[in-house]
Amino acid sequence: MKVLTIHDLKTIRKRAEGTLLLREESNEAVTEQCCGLALGTEHLQILICGGTGCKASDSHIIAERLQQALEKNNIADKVDIITTGCFGFCEKGPIVKIIPDNTFYTQVVPDDADEIVGEHIIGGRKIERLLYIDPKTEKTVSDSKHMDFYRKQMRIALRNCGFIDPENIEEYIALDGYMALADSLLHKKPEEVIDVIKRSGLRGRGGGGFPTGKKWEFAHKQQADMKYVVCNADEGDPGAFMDRSIMEGDPHSIVEAMAVCGYSIGSPKGLVYIRAEYPLAIQRLKIAIAQAREYGLLGKNIFGTDFSFDIEIRYGAGAFVCGEETALIHSMEGKRGEPTLKPPFPAEAGYLGKPTNVNNVETLANIPIILTKGAEWFASIGTERSKGTKVFALAGKINNVGLIEVPMGTTLREVIYEIGGGIKGGKKFKAVQTGGPSGGCLTEKHLDTPIDFDNLLAEGSMMGSGGMIVMDEDDCMVSVSRFYLDFTVEESCGKCTPCRIGNKRLLELLNKITEGRGTMKDLDALSTLGKVIKDTALCGLGQTSPNPVLSTLNNFYDEYVEHVRDKTCRAKQCKSLLTYTINPELCIGCHLCFKHCPADAILGDVRKPHVINPDKCIKCGMCMARCKFKAINVV
Amino acid sequence: MSDIKLACDVAEQVRAICDKHGNQPGELINILHEAQHLHGYLPEEMQRLIAAKLNVPVSRVYGVVTFYTFFTMTPKGKHPISVCMGTACYVRGSEKLLEEFKRVLGIEVGETTPDGKFSLDCLRCVGACGLAPVVMIGEKVYGRLQAVDVKKVLEELE
Repeated sequence: MKVLTIHDLKTIRKRAEGTLLLREESNEAVTEQCCGLALGTEHLQILICGGTGCKASDSHIIAERLQQALEKNNIADKVDIITTGCFGFCEKGPIVKIIPDNTFYTQVVPDDADEIVGEHIIGGRKIERLLYIDPKTEKTVSDSKHMDFYRKQMRIALRNCGFIDPENIEEYIALDGYMALADSLLHKKPEEVIDVIKRSGLRGRGGGGFPTGKKWEFAHKQQADMKYVVCNADEGDPGAFMDRSIMEGDPHSIVEAMAVCGYSIGSPKGLVYIRAEYPLAIQRLKIAIAQAREYGLLGKNIFGTDFSFDIEIRYGAGAFVCGEETALIHSMEGKRGEPTLKPPFPAEAGYLGKPTNVNNVETLANIPIILTKGAEWFASIGTERSKGTKVFALAGKINNVGLIEVPMGTTLREVIYEIGGGIKGGKKFKAVQTGGPSGGCLTEKHLDTPIDFDNLLAEGSMMGSGGMIVMDEDDCMVSVSRFYLDFTVEESCGKCTPCRIGNKRLLELLNKITEGRGTMKDLDALSTLGKVIKDTALCGLGQTSPNPVLSTLNNFYDEYVEHVRDKTCRAKQCKSLLTYTINPELCIGCHLCFKHCPADAILGDVRKPHVINPDKCIKCGMCMARCKFKAINVV
Repeated sequence: MSDIKLACDVAEQVRAICDKHGNQPGELINILHEAQHLHGYLPEEMQRLIAAKLNVPVSRVYGVVTFYTFFTMTPKGKHPISVCMGTACYVRGSEKLLEEFKRVLGIEVGETTPDGKFSLDCLRCVGACGLAPVVMIGEKVYGRLQAVDVKKVLEELE
């Protein structure tokens, strides 16, 4: 049906509320009881994560098998299977949630489907072995509310992810979806909408942290016959996937926010620039756009006003630099994604030379809820100059890998040790990298720093798009900075000399150091060159590219010195500095390493201690991985 | 560049793609996406053809093809292997994994085995960081893979 008035929208909301009520109520009142058809429950819902991570572990097959099991038992009419977006707890995926008792099953496999239906859905008995085990108490926890991973989180941008069916517009509407658009078009002037966003204190979540309201105001003030709204969905930071999860889990929030932005700045046309590597997000976005058109929430004369707006999708083709606004715009025009100097800003002359407002996905996801709940509500969350929440992709050597959202001002300690469950395998924490290839490493001494835009910058890192990679004692910081430089060198567009050549020289120096050929002079050269690149590169990518090197030099200078002076790598990561040997006292001569050595570097007869020929050894570590007697040493 | 000649029907379909996009130079990236989807890669002949249709220099098309990592000028193997080199996978050992693939297959990154069976590439984050380190072979994601598993995985794909 076409939505013509706010009344129509409310009618749909009322109609759809029923299906969501079950989920909302069970979210509020968590009980230990278990529901099943045999115990008198009339209706159940099974939510399955359909995000990329869980789908990679066959969550779509689980959904099929569950459906088959329901049909076999003739209960398909009493139980709904709903594929949602990401729940966030990727470490324990695929995740299956049963409503109304809110049971949270982890690491489910397709073969579990029959048992879930037979035991839980019908019998009303929880399946203990699929429940999450709290590593601290070693007891099972059956609902997400009582898990440390979720307790400290506050989900605003991710509010609907893992809760609604992203391919059903009515579920979005049931949760006040498109109300912000209706209210803006019918009751507010563009200036008033911009004022709400300004007062909320929302800052761009793509990395720069520029105030969103100001950006909109700037575009609004431009006089032009055509303006564009662009959603930057070219998530390039390797290790950050929040934008993708939002598009997969709650695509309508982006559609709605873009329409609101179009109304505010006076643009009839939205463009989403998305990575071609995100097929699922593209598919969900396409469905959302088509549904919004069908309901009249995109297209001509929305809500009967004279405001018209539509959205098109443009595909990126894999270039990190295209996350930079001007490069992104060139890419959308079918050119190489090379950045240009600002000014002119995109708000003055952007796509096809017209005023263009570019916002990142997570920024846009905050817009509808700010407008429905008010600027004051949003501004009450967070720190003085960073309002609201931030989504982080928590990964690396941490127990609970996943997508989390916390209020600005949460400390790294809370994120890593409470939400993240501490370091994997009981190892020692070494550093956390934020801001991706443009950011830096933070250490033990920064653990109690409240996370916000300004604090991270002051500590030599940055917020970036929200990648948060935890490293332990086994990670070599020189290697890590080499890894990032390798990335930047590959991704540099080549337009300006400092970035094209400077970063290459930095990488060569780092290669030299990790290969044991470095000198103390090289360390000074790294720091000097890094600072020059920062000062002289053309765009944001170049200006921030030396950050990983500079921040590790700053925080882990000792490790650099060890590589150069002592030719050792304490984390045992830099191959050239390692020597593998076999401890003759532990070696029983089982011959396993001999069989698996790819370089034929191991000598010895069965039942006699073996030795490694250092001239042939390629230091691949295969012998160490195979040895069952811990007889292989590496120094 | 290669000297492979395009089959007539492929050339015809690529022309149709250009027409569908109104032969607009601004649509170049979308056209290349569709052409690569059709043919698997973008050989020199095809780039010349697209340039002629859009009335732009071949250098403009070549410039775009080589700028973006998604576009390729070499045919992929029957089983295209992509090792994730995102940060999360890197700190959980994807570099060792890549070394092992290179060693077992005897090819470098960006190459295809002579029998056309496997090609090897890196990619940056598929977003399945909970399964790190991750390798994609075709459409299938292999999670928590270790160097010792590589041979077995490849043998299964024979």
